[in-house]
Parts: sequence; C-alpha cells; structure tokens
Amino acid sequence: MTGLSILGVLSSAIFSGTSLLYTALGETIDERAGIVNLGLEGVLLVSAASGFAVTVRTGNPYLGVLIAMLAGGLMNLLLGFLVITRKANQLASGLAVMFFGFGLSALIGNPYVGKSIHALPRFELPVLASLPQVYASLFKFDLLIYLVLPMAFFVWWLLFHTRWGLGVRAVGENTDTAFASGRNPRRIRYQALLAGGLLAGLGAAHIAIAYAMNWTEYMTGGRGFIAVALVIFSRWHPLRAIVGALLFSAAVALQLVLQNSGISISPFLLDSVPYILTILVLIAWGGNRRQAAPASLGRVYQGSE
Amino acid sequence: MTQNIEAVSATKIALPRWMKDILRYVYMIALSFLLFGLILLVTGKDPIQSYRDIFSSTLGSSYGLSEVIVAMTPILLTGLAVSLPSRIMLINVGAEGQLYIGAALATWGALTFNTLPAWALIPIMMLLGMVGGALWAFIPAYLKSIGLVNETITSLLFNPVAPKIIGFLVFGFWHSPMDTNKTARFVEAARLPALFGTRVTVGILFGVVLLVGFWLFMRFSRWGLEMRAIGGNSQASRRNGIPLKAYIIIVFCAGGAIAGLAGMVQASGYYGLLLTNFSIGWGFMGFLICWLVAGDPFGILIMSFLVSVILTGGNLLQITRGVPYSIINILLALTLFVVLARPTFTIGRKS
Repeated sequence: MTGLSILGVLSSAIFSGTSLLYTALGETIDERAGIVNLGLEGVLLVSAASGFAVTVRTGNPYLGVLIAMLAGGLMNLLLGFLVITRKANQLASGLAVMFFGFGLSALIGNPYVGKSIHALPRFELPVLASLPQVYASLFKFDLLIYLVLPMAFFVWWLLFHTRWGLGVRAVGENTDTAFASGRNPRRIRYQALLAGGLLAGLGAAHIAIAYAMNWTEYMTGGRGFIAVALVIFSRWHPLRAIVGALLFSAAVALQLVLQNSGISISPFLLDSVPYILTILVLIAWGGNRRQAAPASLGRVYQGSE
Repeated sequence: MTQNIEAVSATKIALPRWMKDILRYVYMIALSFLLFGLILLVTGKDPIQSYRDIFSSTLGSSYGLSEVIVAMTPILLTGLAVSLPSRIMLINVGAEGQLYIGAALATWGALTFNTLPAWALIPIMMLLGMVGGALWAFIPAYLKSIGLVNETITSLLFNPVAPKIIGFLVFGFWHSPMDTNKTARFVEAARLPALFGTRVTVGILFGVVLLVGFWLFMRFSRWGLEMRAIGGNSQASRRNGIPLKAYIIIVFCAGGAIAGLAGMVQASGYYGLLLTNFSIGWGFMGFLICWLVAGDPFGILIMSFLVSVILTGGNLLQITRGVPYSIINILLALTLFVVLARPTFTIGRKS
C-alpha cells in the first residue's frame, strides 16, 4: 500500500466515521445517565429525513442541520417519556422507538426521494492548503467534520469536569444515591437524553446532508447499532470513542483498497468487524471487576420517594 | 404488569378482573388507533377509510385472515424464543440473528440433500435450523454462564453480524444463476407443506405446538419448576443444587433454536429460497411481543395476532392509499408505545 492509498483510507474513514462519532458521543451521554437507547437507528433516520427535507425546501444546509438536531432531540425525549416518566422497559421502548423511526422517516422523506440538495460546503483548512493538490483534496472537509473532534473533547469535559456531568454520572451509577444527594434523577436523565438526541441529530445530518446527499429509506444502514457497539467498545468514554470510530470506519474503507490491491476479503465479513471487535473488547474487559459500564445502566428508576 | 392491575383496581369498580383486563386492552388499542388516525389525517389521508381497509382486508375475509396467520408465523416463534430464556431472567435480544443463522443452515440442508424425499428433508432442515439458532445463541449463553459478559449486550451485538454471513454465503456460493442476492428456488421436497390451499404453512402449527408445550413444560415438569426457582432467586436455587450454569446455556440455546426454527420456516415455507436481508425485523418484533405480555404464552399468541393484523393491513394500505409501506411501522410503534406507557384506565373515578 502506498502512502497515498493509506491517506485515502484515512480520508474516507474520517468521512464515514464522523456521523458515527457524533452518534456515539450522544449515546455515551445517554448511557452515562443510565439509559440505553436501542432506538438510535430510528432516531437517526428521523433526523436525517427531517434535515434533508428542510434542506431541499429552504436550500440552506445549515438550517437542515439545525432541524436534524431538533428532530433527534425530540425523538430522544419521546424515549425519555416512556422510560423515565412511564417507567417502561428500556430495551423494549428503544425497539419501539426504532420501529417508529422507520415509519416516521419514510413518511417525512417520501416526497423528497431523488431530490438533490446543496450539500454542506467543503473547504480546506489554511494549514493544509500548502500541501500538494492530490493530498489537499483528500482532506477537504465540511464544517461538521472539523467540529467533531472538538465536540468529543467538549463532551468529555462536560461529563468529567462539570457539575452537570457529575450529576449525569451519579444518576447513571446509582439513582438512589444521586437522589439522596439532592439531585433530580428524572430531570437529569431527560437532559442527558436531550443532549444525546441533539448529537445523534448532528450525526444524522452529516449522513444525509454532507455524505450521502440524498434520501432513501433505511439510509443509515445500521449506523445506530454500530454506534451502540462503539459506545461499549470505547467503554463509555468520549475520547476512546474517537479511536473506535476511526477504527470501525477504516475497516469499511479498507475494502476499497484491498479490492484494488487484489486481496479478496468479502465486504460482508469486513462489515462485521466493528461488532466482533466490540465483543472481543467485552471479553477482554469482562473479567475485570472494575468495569466502566455505568452501574444502573438499563435500570428503571422507580422513584425514591 | 402488577402495577396496572393495582392502578385499575384503584378505581374501585366492581368488575371482574378479566373484564377490566379486556377493557384496558380495548382502551389502549383504541388510543393507539386514534393517534395513528391523527397522523394519517395530517398527511392528508382519510383515517376512517384507511381503517376500514385495514380491517376488511385482514379480518373481513378468509383470505385476509389466512394472510394474517402467514404474518403471525415467524413472530409467534420468535416471541417464544425470547420468552423461554426470560423465565430464568435471561434477556435474549438476539432472536433476529438466530433467525438468520437458522435460515442459513436450513438452506444449506435444502441445497445439499435436495434429492431426499420431503419426509426426510423437512425434518433435517428443521433440525439444522434449530442447530443454527442454538449455535448463534451459544456464545452469549456461554459468556453469561461463566459470568464474563452480560448476555443482553452480546446477543444484541451478534444480530447485525448474522445477515452479513448470509450475504457472504449467498453472494459467494449459493446464489442462483439469475440473481446475486438470492438462492435458486428450493426443490419441492424442501418446501413446508401449505394448509388448506392458502399461503399458511405448517409452520404456524410448530408455533402453536411449541406454545402449548412450553406452557405444560413450565407448569408440570421438574425442569419447569427448577426454572421457576431460578427465575425467582438464582443464587438461592444454585445453593440448593440446581445446576445454574447448565440451565443458562441450555435454556438460552433452546430459545435460539426456536428462533432458528422461525428462520427455517420463513426460508422453507414463506419464501421457498434464501434471500439476503430477508427479515423485516421478526426477531425484534418477537422481543417486543414477549415483553409486552411479560412472557405469558397465551399473551404471546394474542399479541402476535394483533401485530400481524397491523402488518398485513399495512400491506393493503400501501396499495390503496399510496402511502409508503414502512409507515405501518408507525401504527405498530404507536401500539407498542401505548402498551409500554401503560396509560391508566379509569372510569367514574371519585375525587
């Protein structure tokens, strides 16, 4: 493999990994607050469809991104209503949200199938502009890509260095203790879900408005599930998620290079790399008693009154 | 579930419990249909006409009813596949993957032994389907039994891998000369027999027999009793000499085997071939159905029937109302939301 093809893999991994990282960052916040969102696939689809529809209507991709975020937030709040207010089972509620997202996104996106949009503009960072054209064109990204790394650090700072993040983690570890120390677990979980939904919306916006630039049903292609796997892979840590997102996407991007160099590995098997890696990580860390999983992950908060 | 009963009985109305239960379900279903009606209205469709279409196309004719049974066959089985492990507090979110692998192994049987007569081939395929599902469930079960990784996460992560293996097998080896995404039609001996000249296959009978068997097993067998003990308090039952690890592995794999059988039934009965990405989420629907009725065998029967009415009716809605098929997922989801959110049904509440 030449240096150029390695950079090519990196570039395409960055392109496809961005949406994955945003989504996983959102899910990290959800899960740190103790809520598993299995409906992420549905959330992504609804955000992508709404963002795309608004972009077609207004011609403004940034407005589309904003609407996608709002849609993601709303979908997550819907999950919140079920699992926080109505105390429903998290896994079942997540799957119900997933089916809801399948349907709602098809309904929203149906009139916009085959429409074209002004995608998010791509530009070069001034530092890279001095590189030879062949390299520079590989690293000509849109705003969402440039923002994804700062966002990962922001989420890390938010979770580990602010009072709010402390509250989120406290609720995720032990709701009763968090309640006893004067926090409101329900409110914190709603806030975490909203934040997670906004981030998932950003991920979906990147898929629809910057990467694929069109709308088709089920276009997110399982990214919601990969993001859930990624959160586990990175053991609920926003910074480790950066590495994971690159690794997962590189596995897929590698297919093209391997095909060119004549090595035939079935793309289907490469597609399962993220899940296999995650399971291996789980096995490797499973024996360790100090697991990073939030202790009350998936548990219904029945109230401490 | 107990919460609902308390909530309903808190209304202090002297109705028998079964009547309250029925009223509650009627109320919840009506609520979800009302919500979906609003969505139809917003998108400019006539909700009343749409509902008339849904019901007349499903419950209004014997053909419609038979199509409901066709849709019900896989989800009845996957519902059971989730319910069995749930009895010893194991959460099987992996029915979707187990179904795929079951279908793959059964297909291998159909393609390899295609000269055998039906009376030999069908049981071989059933066995292979069950082995496939059980194999796919084995790793999560084993990791759980040695206390390493939670079975919920592993069985979930195995789901997306299974269709990719099917893709690998079909594209790489099994595809027919005409298509790259499906196998050639199975020979007639590899097809599950249909009943009464409809598209209903004997697969539905597998579901019903397993359901009754499951109920009898849990209620009257020694193993059922031990499983109930594990479900009650696993550590106490382990100290009383019940082999907990063996139960975890066997019961979880048995659940996987039932899901694998569902895959075999769909490949052999419904499609008559193996298609990549053929499941429309039957495994996940099974999970939802099981949770909604708390794993109760007869609840699974009723709930899978209800979900099938929605799925089948949606098919027609797509044709007559020009809506995308997947919006039937909305009606499905709304029904689930309403059941999950458990609205309290109160009539004539005092104060």
